[in-house]
Amino acid sequence: MIKNLNVIAAYSIMMALIILVGIFQSWNVALSIFNLCLISAVMTMGANIQWGYAGLINFGIMGYTALGGLAAVLISVDPVQEAWRAGGFDILMCLWLIIAMVFAIRFILKNFEKSKFRTYGIAAIIVAGIVIIRITAEPGIEAIEGVNPAKTGFLGGFGLPIIFSWIVGAFFAGGLAFIVGKVALGLRADYLAIATLLISEIVIAIIKHEDWLTRGVKNVIGLDRPVPYEVNLQTTDWFINLVAKFNSGKLELISNVADKQAALNQLVIEGSSVFVKLCYSGLFLIIVIILLILTQKALYSPWGRMMRAIRDNEEAANAMGKNVVKQHLLIFILGSAIVGIAGAMLVTQDGLFTPGSYRPMRYTFLIWVMVIVGGSGNNFGAILGGFAVWFLWIEAAPIALFLINFFTVNMSDTNVFKIHLIESVPYFRYLTMGVGLLLIMRYRPKGILPEKIEIK
Amino acid sequence: MDFLNAIILLLNYIFIPALTYGSQLALGAIFVTLIYGILRFANFATGDMMSFGTMVTILFTWYFQSIGISLGVLPTALIAIPFAILFMIIYMLFIDKFVFKYYRVNKSPPVQLAMVSIGVMFVTQAVVRIIIGPSDQRFFDGEKFIIKAREFKEMTGLNEGLALKSTQVLTIFVTIVLVSLLFWFLNKTKTGKSMKAYSDNEDLALLSGIDPKKIVMITWIIAGILATIGGALYGLDKSFKPFTYFNNMLPIFAAAIVGGIGNPFGAFLGGYVIAFSEIFLTYAYKKFFMYILPESMEPESLVQLLSTDYKFAVSFSILVIVLLYRPSGIFKGKVL
Repeated sequence: MIKNLNVIAAYSIMMALIILVGIFQSWNVALSIFNLCLISAVMTMGANIQWGYAGLINFGIMGYTALGGLAAVLISVDPVQEAWRAGGFDILMCLWLIIAMVFAIRFILKNFEKSKFRTYGIAAIIVAGIVIIRITAEPGIEAIEGVNPAKTGFLGGFGLPIIFSWIVGAFFAGGLAFIVGKVALGLRADYLAIATLLISEIVIAIIKHEDWLTRGVKNVIGLDRPVPYEVNLQTTDWFINLVAKFNSGKLELISNVADKQAALNQLVIEGSSVFVKLCYSGLFLIIVIILLILTQKALYSPWGRMMRAIRDNEEAANAMGKNVVKQHLLIFILGSAIVGIAGAMLVTQDGLFTPGSYRPMRYTFLIWVMVIVGGSGNNFGAILGGFAVWFLWIEAAPIALFLINFFTVNMSDTNVFKIHLIESVPYFRYLTMGVGLLLIMRYRPKGILPEKIEIK
Repeated sequence: MDFLNAIILLLNYIFIPALTYGSQLALGAIFVTLIYGILRFANFATGDMMSFGTMVTILFTWYFQSIGISLGVLPTALIAIPFAILFMIIYMLFIDKFVFKYYRVNKSPPVQLAMVSIGVMFVTQAVVRIIIGPSDQRFFDGEKFIIKAREFKEMTGLNEGLALKSTQVLTIFVTIVLVSLLFWFLNKTKTGKSMKAYSDNEDLALLSGIDPKKIVMITWIIAGILATIGGALYGLDKSFKPFTYFNNMLPIFAAAIVGGIGNPFGAFLGGYVIAFSEIFLTYAYKKFFMYILPESMEPESLVQLLSTDYKFAVSFSILVIVLLYRPSGIFKGKVL
């Protein structure tokens, strides 16, 4: 027990901080921070598998998150029949064309010796394929986007419960990771970083601009929820009774019946949104715990030892007969798939899909800060990093505001300098993140909870 | 006549904008490549360092404007740039001393330095946004056009106008002067040669008595000059917005790698490769074909290879292709 003291202490402090927010700000805020902490934790676990276990750098987290989000849309939205009738055939044709193209390239790769001729042949197939696809797709895309553009204008999805999208998101992200890994994993670390960053930007560009698939920057709103709606809860008897029971002490103090009813209504409205968030927390917590158990098991399995061996000395592992390329690809896919789950979870919680909001600062670099700060190679560290950094990211602005007010208390409220500082409060979060990252990298390069391998 | 019209059209919408944009990218790419070649890490703070330099330029420009100094037809920013460069160099050396030096001395792996540069990126971004705010700033003054489209039409009697913005000429001119100076410095002076030697083989360079501290300092100074001028020119030509500068980091990286990272000349050309391919592939050629083809063959669609939405994606795809087939870049940089 003693040896895990730092883990327990760190998590207790984190929980205490969130509870403090609950007491001083509101439980609503605390729970929304907690939920996003959990989602961040899933993302950091994905990144940690790649970086901490295998030493692979992946700056494309944003792309996998967005693909997970896309999965949530494609699974949960009802199909738009009219759009399918208008342009579904063309799109399916394109799909077949793409599959045919892939098989043609595979055929050439298998049956011809590596030569200039082969390279040009493949290039010719790709160019010709893109031209043919564009010609086939154009009328279909126009027809689909023309169907009620204010409301749909896209093909819609499958109309299944949104929970399934968490699995599908993992497959989407894993699929992309397979392609990226095949292309880029041979590169040296910092090139891999740049290449993955740029590939994720390409993914975002596609999601943003292929309106027939994703509605693009018009956003998809009002996705189905796996948990009850606040409005429905507020009229359900058992929930009202529950709130009344929970707050019976407070309610008994009020003697007037009308006042009592008003107070209860207020409590029910507040309670319903807390309840919904709690439901999400439960769902997310289940995912985090399942993933934590799996990743811990993997870390201490022979496979985990092999990954560490590959990370620490690629040549030696190779000489011992381990297939480094294959294992790298595998772990790249696994880590990305976990990030895909997180992306789907995020969209599920928000209930909307906004391709414009995917930015590398928020979805790639921030996640990396979490991994580095928490402790790479240590799952508990990664999760803690997700919690601590997200907490700071949200609370940096209020803290900065407090500090500014504290230090400029002598200035008048009309002081230009003070007004300017207060206006720029939101940007102090970047400062906090940057300074935090630099300090950790300098004085505790292995993170708050460093990697600890017990040799049994 | 139609043929001339077509050429003017291409000049106006492809050639001149691409040359300008390419020059701006080229300066950034040389910055990246120098840092990579000599300090040996991928600097993710590139875009934000450029935005910092531009911000200082803007502040100085505003100051000069407020006390009534101006250059007449030329933008006031030109006087502000030298001061901004000075400021920027101090900032760069400050960062190096308190952040990068530690890792360099400890011989940390390049990935760790790249991570540290992400920390610097966060901090610089915060500083810029706290000081000047996240919104668009225009600081261009002076004469906007050298040739206006209408004047050109009247002058030549052609259907197509050719607009030549003064910022475009300025960008291209300054870039050529700066890059020539830089190449002269790197190839002809003793310090420049020792920088090349250090980049080639650190141990050998140290053995032959090259002072690493001096090399590093000069690298940061050159980097500061390039970042400030590149950023300021971009800001003059388009407008200054911190977020755009952060995004520009990506095509700049693409340019540096396409040209062969560690090779300044490659980076210079890489900037133009990226800029031209972005604009070539996303331009709608309909009007062009209307001029050169007989009426019966005129195209009905826009004749656009890719929609302009994919402008960034083009440069990244080029990068991916280059990385796949020729990882050392077109002009042979360091082999990865």
